[in-house]
Amino acid sequence: MGSFQSLPDDHQYRTLSQKTGFSLEQIAILHNRFKQLSQNEETLRRDDLKTIQDLESNPIRSQIIEAFFDRRNFQKDGVGSVEEIGFEEFLTVMSYFRAPAHHITEEQREEMRRAKLRFLFNMHDTDNDGTITLEEYRHVVEELLSRSGALGRETAKGIADAAMLEVASISVGPMAPDEFYEGITFEHFLKILKGIEIETTMHIHFLNMDTSVLCK
Amino acid sequence: MRMRMMKMLLLLGLCCGPVCCGQNQSDPRDQRVFPVLSVNYDYVQMPFEVSLWILLASLLKLGFHLLPRLSAVVPESCLLIVVGLLVGGLIRVMGKKPPVLDSQLFFLCLLPPIILDAGYFLPLRPFTENAGTILSFAVLGTLWNTFFTGALLYACRPAALELLPCLLFGSIVSAVDPVAVLAVFEEIHINELLHILVFGESLLNDAVTVVLYHLFEEFAHAGEVTAGDVFLGVVCFFVVALGGVLVGGVYGVLAAFTSRFTSHTRVIEPLFVFLYSYMAYLSAEVFHLSGIMALIACGVIMRPYVEANISHKSYTTIKYFLKMWSSVSETLIFVFLGVSTVAGPHAWNWTFVTITIVLCLLSRVLGVVGLTFIINKYRMVKLSGKDQFIVAYGGLRGAIAFSLAFLLSSDDFPMKDMFLTAIITVIFFTVFVQGMTIRPLVDLLAVKKRKESKCSINEEIHTQFLEHLLAGIEGVCGHYGHHHWRDKLNRFNKRYIKRCLIGGERSQEPQLVSFYNKMELKQALMLLESNSSANLSTAVTAAAPRQRSLKTLNISKEREEEIRKILRANLQKTQQRLRSYSRHTLMPDAEDDWSETLLKKQQEEMERRMSNFLTVPAAPARRLESGERLRSGSFFFSERSAGEVNARRKPSVKFSLEPPKPPRGPEHLLEEDEELMHRRH
Repeated sequence: MGSFQSLPDDHQYRTLSQKTGFSLEQIAILHNRFKQLSQNEETLRRDDLKTIQDLESNPIRSQIIEAFFDRRNFQKDGVGSVEEIGFEEFLTVMSYFRAPAHHITEEQREEMRRAKLRFLFNMHDTDNDGTITLEEYRHVVEELLSRSGALGRETAKGIADAAMLEVASISVGPMAPDEFYEGITFEHFLKILKGIEIETTMHIHFLNMDTSVLCK
Repeated sequence: MRMRMMKMLLLLGLCCGPVCCGQNQSDPRDQRVFPVLSVNYDYVQMPFEVSLWILLASLLKLGFHLLPRLSAVVPESCLLIVVGLLVGGLIRVMGKKPPVLDSQLFFLCLLPPIILDAGYFLPLRPFTENAGTILSFAVLGTLWNTFFTGALLYACRPAALELLPCLLFGSIVSAVDPVAVLAVFEEIHINELLHILVFGESLLNDAVTVVLYHLFEEFAHAGEVTAGDVFLGVVCFFVVALGGVLVGGVYGVLAAFTSRFTSHTRVIEPLFVFLYSYMAYLSAEVFHLSGIMALIACGVIMRPYVEANISHKSYTTIKYFLKMWSSVSETLIFVFLGVSTVAGPHAWNWTFVTITIVLCLLSRVLGVVGLTFIINKYRMVKLSGKDQFIVAYGGLRGAIAFSLAFLLSSDDFPMKDMFLTAIITVIFFTVFVQGMTIRPLVDLLAVKKRKESKCSINEEIHTQFLEHLLAGIEGVCGHYGHHHWRDKLNRFNKRYIKRCLIGGERSQEPQLVSFYNKMELKQALMLLESNSSANLSTAVTAAAPRQRSLKTLNISKEREEEIRKILRANLQKTQQRLRSYSRHTLMPDAEDDWSETLLKKQQEEMERRMSNFLTVPAAPARRLESGERLRSGSFFFSERSAGEVNARRKPSVKFSLEPPKPPRGPEHLLEEDEELMHRRH
């Protein structure tokens, strides 16, 4: 593996392109960005991402950064998190935000939907037990409201509770008095977010990226 | 006996009258008998006729909905035009001249309520997501329609028309009409995307129509066109469109700012909304700017801030008044269109009319197909052939075209009557033929219908989450895209604008929380409505769960009687208060306080429910506590019980506002309520 600093390795790019679905130009642009962020090293660390100014005012900043270092998102069936990632992992995480191509079959569309929703699910399920418990969901809502100051934990708890109850009523229906709802599994998660067309909403226009426009 | 006395007195009085007048016979002035009953119709003629028309329109609306089979097949607008024709015919048969739809009346009184209703309730998210498409249809599509129709009309020379009148006619007839679109699309319930595309186009093309209309009118007056004039025309378009939006924005901000201070005068809150919007429209019309765009901009801009400031009742009032006015306006417009058809001077010219209809259809189809081809390259969700067909087919013409043609001066345009006839024919064609057939076509082509939007807190949370996520990822990419700018706008809005325009602590409230509060309020009100009508005891027994520990509380008979007496007394007091209602003594924020307390109580209730329900089941000892009722786990059941508790609490909360407090405070009353409930099982 030659260093990425000299000529772009075409063969490398082609395999990446096949794996993630990006075009060669998009990979080149993202590679430049990777180099910019990692200060020309081969791997990226959490601190490099923390220096991005635009992320500072983002309420879910820590979760976004964690998502880059989460092995479950690398499509290699790993678990846990890593300390540093290479360009391939960076690109793999970015590929979750690609738009669906024009003419894809229903199954491919469904597959893409599942992949994107799995990414979101992994962001919420921090302890990796396959379910989003009430505590984890509360944490999500608290983070979302964290920039809004004084309202605090009570409202966040109330909202998270209401949301969980809604999931329970949608997925499981009316429950007997002795049951209790453990947490949102991935299947339930798919069900409750059926209304949002994830494959078209969760995307970034990688097309229009121009190296001269890249900040910092 | 007394009645007979009264009758005698009355008769005497009546006789005295003429007698006294009779005694004045020596008076040289004319001797009239004092008129007991006289008719003075001229005094009330104007308001009387206006009210009569509006009453007629409303009765018609009533009538249509009593005939379900008819209203399922024929859209309301068609029926109304037919009625207008009948009424016009009737008036003509009676020998009088039927009134024509006066353009000033139309533009200043009938059109604004419909546009304000549309603008205030415009679904902003789909509109901004498709803004590019909508703008290109509105601007480029209308320009294409105008020039295509005008040029081909000139080429065909049906009545030896010059180029400029042809182009003017093209500009009048090519604009898609928001009133007609709304009237038809409301009934077919197609999916949100198509609805917003056609409807948004019909709203935004007003700017283009205004500019082209005035441009061609001026040129026809002047006689010749230079390149400089064309350039000025383009500049004029930008001025008209952006100026209209600016005027609307200014009034919108003013309205939002005013609503910040209305917490003490809740009764006139809706009035501010209506007045500021109408002023925006009129101010834009003064400068020949686009009044419709001003109205839309005003409604869109003021809505989030005004809604955060006003009370729930004012919100409902605004909603219902807008719906009512726009409904009446729409009905009147269509009826008058029918009447004007019977009234107006007609100059029928077969070739002109047929060519016009053919060209309108052709230009619409070509325009939509061509533009979609270009737009699809930039769109995420492509517009399929079916979508294009619906967009093209939904381009209905309506009363705006008629009124614009009516405004033409007969001196500059001797063929005005021919234009009017052709426009009326086009309107009839689009409304009748296209309006009636669009519903079966939508079903035939299996176009996606509008899905029922449930208020889902999960979707709202995830929509917000996605917004932040995408903005963050764009930050990581270093790419200043769509999400980045939207995020920046939201932050700017939150930090500066909301602070100015929203009063009190609601200025700091994030969107998720206000959504949640709204949802909770809605659910709480729904529960109360369903429970308040039920008898107290039956409501309680209805909610009895099957498995309950038979804990019986020993409340003595006297205590129960006392409790009942207190409840009854307080209920009577409430009734008395309601009887002496006057608009000047409207209880300030009684309803708001109550709903706040209600929300807090429901939140507490949910807390308790959640802590027992969603965690590991507690030790059996806990089962016997008040937690028993909450352990049910069924969402619906616990909601209902929460509802009962809230229904019970309703009297006690209201009473906290009463000066003479019950001997035990409301809190005690609450506990006794619960005990009472427990006892019944």
